[in-house]
Amino acid sequence: MAKINFPAPPGRLRKMPLLSIKDLNRSFGGIQALSDVSFKVSGGTIKALIGPNGAGKTTLFNLICGNLPPSSGRIIFKDQAIEGRAAHHIARLGLARTFQNIKLYPGLSTLENVMLGRHSRSHTGFMAAMLNLPRARREEADIKEKSYAMLQMLNIADLAAKEAVSLAFGQQRAVEMARALAAEPELLLLDEPAAGLNIYETAELADLITQVREMGITILLVEHDMSLVMKISDEIVVLNFGRKIAEGVPAAIQNNQEVIKIYLGSEDD
Amino acid sequence: MRRLKRYLPLAVMALTVTAVQLLTSYTGTAYYLTQLTITAYYGLLIIGLCVLMGYAGQLSLGHAGFFAIGGYVSAALTTHDLTAYRNNFFITLLNHAHLLISRQDIYGEPLLTVKAWPACLAAIAAALLIAFIIGIPVLKLKGHYLAMATLGFGIIIFRIVMAGSYFGEADGISDVPAFTLLPGLTVSGDFSYRVQNYYIAWALILIGMFLLINLINSRPGRALRAIHGSPEAAEAAGVNTARYKLLTFVISAAFAAVAGIFLTHFNGGIGPSEASIMKSVRYVAIIAIGGMASLWGALGMGVILNFLSLRGVFGSYDDAVFGAILVLVMLFAPQGILSLSIWRKSIFRRRRDG
Repeated sequence: MAKINFPAPPGRLRKMPLLSIKDLNRSFGGIQALSDVSFKVSGGTIKALIGPNGAGKTTLFNLICGNLPPSSGRIIFKDQAIEGRAAHHIARLGLARTFQNIKLYPGLSTLENVMLGRHSRSHTGFMAAMLNLPRARREEADIKEKSYAMLQMLNIADLAAKEAVSLAFGQQRAVEMARALAAEPELLLLDEPAAGLNIYETAELADLITQVREMGITILLVEHDMSLVMKISDEIVVLNFGRKIAEGVPAAIQNNQEVIKIYLGSEDD
Repeated sequence: MRRLKRYLPLAVMALTVTAVQLLTSYTGTAYYLTQLTITAYYGLLIIGLCVLMGYAGQLSLGHAGFFAIGGYVSAALTTHDLTAYRNNFFITLLNHAHLLISRQDIYGEPLLTVKAWPACLAAIAAALLIAFIIGIPVLKLKGHYLAMATLGFGIIIFRIVMAGSYFGEADGISDVPAFTLLPGLTVSGDFSYRVQNYYIAWALILIGMFLLINLINSRPGRALRAIHGSPEAAEAAGVNTARYKLLTFVISAAFAAVAGIFLTHFNGGIGPSEASIMKSVRYVAIIAIGGMASLWGALGMGVILNFLSLRGVFGSYDDAVFGAILVLVMLFAPQGILSLSIWRKSIFRRRRDG
């Protein structure tokens, strides 16, 4: 099996923050989607971002990934300010993501979809590609080998030649995960990875996410499935109406009165 | 093995091209070679545009403009007499650099013009530069807006060559000299060069197909197909979508310009109809019929339809035929006619890899 270089064992990274969000604001016209949100994600941990619909979770993801610029505030990834930078640039720094509404490339096979994941870790340009130079061929073989290894890791190698968008929903989620992991990211952003999965698939996903952390990859996830979040997260950030209302370990969040109030409604209501 | 599979169609094409030439020579129908040569040059533009449209998913309704830029720049530089500017510093400099040539026009008058090779390179450079300048703002647009913007570009080029006296206005430019590529290898419409020019044109197609087939089966090619399907996910995977779209646009413009240059020297002239919108629409129609993301489909359809058109089969309904084909394809075979179920079991099955 091809050797894939994942960052480092988790213990070594645990102390320093890999991602720091500082006083982040974003408004759309008159609507304040995020207000002064700050938190840190330590290397080698799983951090969950929860909150009711419209709390600003997706906006925050889009700001981190570079799909949207913030109105103000800072996003520091690996000691570099990345706010307002292009998404492809941030991806090359070692950040990969999956999408809530799965975004695979139509017309490309499952293997090719995962090979795209290695784009940020390879270099062949137009000229070398058009002339099919030896180094382009070598790199292409390497991309293919590592991508196939990723499919094997996720137990979907038998689907390699199938068109990815024609696969079953759960399989498509697995392909997205393989594509993200193929980039050998340091930080993996998962946008509702359990949405649409049944309880067995969700349990498998929990194992997979824990396994990914053991490879040294830091994870930030948005998720509505509370049992999953409580089971796998090291820390949780709770957003409501664009503000951070709580942050802490799962046990503390479960007993936080304000969090209980927004999820269950207060006793007065 | 995989390389064999990739290049085998190219070898088959080379053999077919040779067989056709031998057949025409044997049957005394060598006059077909003229149309087949012209067809090949249009084919060169079409395969370049096919990568831009079918693979990268960026529509251009202005590619006749790049064809015209190539043809017109090369034609103007090789025909305009510079004798009056002989003492101009810049012209003297060009002369000393051996970029100019003294010859006689058809009336025996002395003529000082740019040589064909430097004119050709200048024409390619002009097309690349203009594609670059146009591409940066225009490729930020999507769908209909991109179509409108490229259409606008095509119209501008058409009006410039129609109105510019330097470009011969409605008459275009004629008496464009032959283009000697290498000693013994000349792009010319002269009868005695017919067989040679047929092979030059098809050799260019072979080279073009070689480059583009490699491109679409590579890392950047995969990224282009990803941009087509899901630009946001491509960007998230680290693809600089703006840069990739621009490079593809510039490459396809270069293919169009080379086609324009060679065809202009072959025909001995170029007219404004080459820059017209109907030409651009025709190229788009041919790629749609070929199945959009199919280089071989686009080339095959381009050869068949352009050959029929040049033979005058469509008569004065020429443009109408291409318009009608575009409508019919969009209605009944949006994946191209090779994807229709009647072909399913045949050897013509559409191939994704090229």
